[in-house]
Amino acid sequence: MKEQLVIEAGQAERHYWRDLWRYRELFYILSWRDIKVRYKQTVVGALWGIIRPLLTMIIFTIIFGKVAKIPPGINAPYAIMVYAGMLPWTFFSNSLAEASMSLINNTNLISKVYFPRLIVPTASVITGMVDFLVAFVLIFGLYIWYGYTPGWQMIFLPVLIIFAFITSIGAGLYVTALNVKYRDFRYIIPFIVQFGLYVSPVAFNSNLVPEKWRLLYSLNPMVGVIDGFRWCFLRGEQVIHWDSMTVSISVSVFFFIAGIRKFRRMEKSFADII
Amino acid sequence: MSEKIIKVERLGKKFIIGHKKAEKYTALRDVMTDNTKKVFRKTREIFSGKLIGETESREEFWALRNLNFDIAEGDRVGIIGRNGAGKSTLLKILSRISEPTEGKITINGRVASLLEVGTGFHPELTGRENIFLNGAILGMKRAEIRSKFDEIVSFAEVEKFLDTPVKRYSSGMYVRLAFAVAAHLEPEILVVDEVLAVGDAQFQRKCLGKMEEVSKYQGRTVLFVSHQIDAIESLTTKCIYLKGGTIDSIGNTSEITHHYLKDYKGTGDIVSYSNRSGSGKAKVVKLEIKSKNARGSMIKQGESFQLIIGIENASNDKLDVSFVLENYKEQAIFCTQLSDNNPLIDRNGYTEKVVEITVPHLRKGDYLGSLAVFRQDRTEFHDIVLHFPLLSIDGVEEGVFFPQDNRWGDLFFNLQWK
Repeated sequence: MKEQLVIEAGQAERHYWRDLWRYRELFYILSWRDIKVRYKQTVVGALWGIIRPLLTMIIFTIIFGKVAKIPPGINAPYAIMVYAGMLPWTFFSNSLAEASMSLINNTNLISKVYFPRLIVPTASVITGMVDFLVAFVLIFGLYIWYGYTPGWQMIFLPVLIIFAFITSIGAGLYVTALNVKYRDFRYIIPFIVQFGLYVSPVAFNSNLVPEKWRLLYSLNPMVGVIDGFRWCFLRGEQVIHWDSMTVSISVSVFFFIAGIRKFRRMEKSFADII
Repeated sequence: MSEKIIKVERLGKKFIIGHKKAEKYTALRDVMTDNTKKVFRKTREIFSGKLIGETESREEFWALRNLNFDIAEGDRVGIIGRNGAGKSTLLKILSRISEPTEGKITINGRVASLLEVGTGFHPELTGRENIFLNGAILGMKRAEIRSKFDEIVSFAEVEKFLDTPVKRYSSGMYVRLAFAVAAHLEPEILVVDEVLAVGDAQFQRKCLGKMEEVSKYQGRTVLFVSHQIDAIESLTTKCIYLKGGTIDSIGNTSEITHHYLKDYKGTGDIVSYSNRSGSGKAKVVKLEIKSKNARGSMIKQGESFQLIIGIENASNDKLDVSFVLENYKEQAIFCTQLSDNNPLIDRNGYTEKVVEITVPHLRKGDYLGSLAVFRQDRTEFHDIVLHFPLLSIDGVEEGVFFPQDNRWGDLFFNLQWK
């Protein structure tokens, strides 16, 4: 019944993954708290999750599709093409922004109670996931509006969500750890998010990128994520280049592992420096 | 029963303190400018023939050093010591919030720490929601919380406000709820830091009662840090006295608290006190605080006490004595003079005078005293003692939400509002 715990310098990690499992309910509770608090005292509540991507989608469709007349690159309505890219991008950018501030916003927890710190940024990514699912429902509205029927590719959505999740959490953990130590990272993140929106194929299709730059372009893992989502939502009309996809997935997994390691290494000193 | 539940060996915690920077955190910007500056400085040092690193402003500071002790199962252990003695650091290491620099701790059982009440409470959430949130943060399962929910609520006496956001709670309710959650955690080891500093007297008694119940009847181990010697004495059986990061003494509570209070008082020896001036022909050789409870210089709030001044006179003068009580910022609170209502000292040798301080509305905290011994006509000052650390007021204030600083005043009156 009773377990033994040994605390020694530089050796706090022995029970780490077991602790993470024991505290699994905390993931749920913290995400639930964030959602609950966010939508308290708001008029439309969870609708905010829809309004933002919807308005951005409309603007992008008008500016890029109608005014600049950029071709959608595939046989599908421009709006659905943009929205299929907006979904994972919004998830990624929200996760990054929320995760990076999560430890600092929970300073009182970090400096007063022990639990695996990995839970805090991860829970904020899970919160982003809820927003993602709310916004996801809207794509059915678009299907009906345009009279477009999705295909069997939709069943791969869970796989793609995991891909998006790994990409987001990897980058998120890395930035979170750095943000505790160097507080000016908080000024960098909005910049990364804004910059990334134009660098990633959100408002346009990645097959507009010239063939010779394609592999280089896929070093941005969000290229792979967005292409995958488009493939899934648009009856497979988005062509998947497996070599680019492999590059994106590798970069994503690399950041995932590096992010966890960086976080774990810095975690021990969080309570002292936060 | 005597199984060792906590075993601490050679524990140490080191902090690196930078002297030049007051910033709490590092900014990348500073790191970059610092590094640039460092390059210039190093170059200059090399040219001027100085040893590299001589101007480095970092210093090691051992908050804890070489701690060894055991705690047996079911023990109730108090940890006392002055501010900065390392009490909080020790608790933080025991509850795994920060990592030790050296040494080893072996703990047999689940630790729940209550380093600050209401940790993780979110002001926007209701009482009900916060019970679940706080429980989860402290490591409870949802089912566990649900089964104890009613007990927690009734202990905290917040039934009526369960669905009110805690931001609208009074601070008393807030603390009650927080303590209630933690107290129902049922860990093998409960670590408590200064919780009882807030909340009304009745609730404090209840908390003490609960902690006693937890340890006495359920056989759990309690570690308790407090500045309130009263609370330590009524709750704990063993005590650890930390002084400057090491263990000064360890043993039965009554012995250790006695030793602590004596030690505390011993900080100021008036004979060797150096912040003084004057001719020296007459000197203050004794300055003591005495109260009914005889707790050295630690006075319970609201209790009257005596100030005993002993003067050795060799000046052949008629002497007058004045005394000023000051707060810890050396600001005067009141003054009193021997000649106000007592004959002057008119003989050589040792004379003792007593000032009866009957209605002391002093707030919790540390106080200083300044004294002057002078010739009646004020033409010569024989001894002027400045800012002598005199006494500490300890106790429970009803409205303790104001820290001891001059914005809130030095005096406390329990006034009636209607």
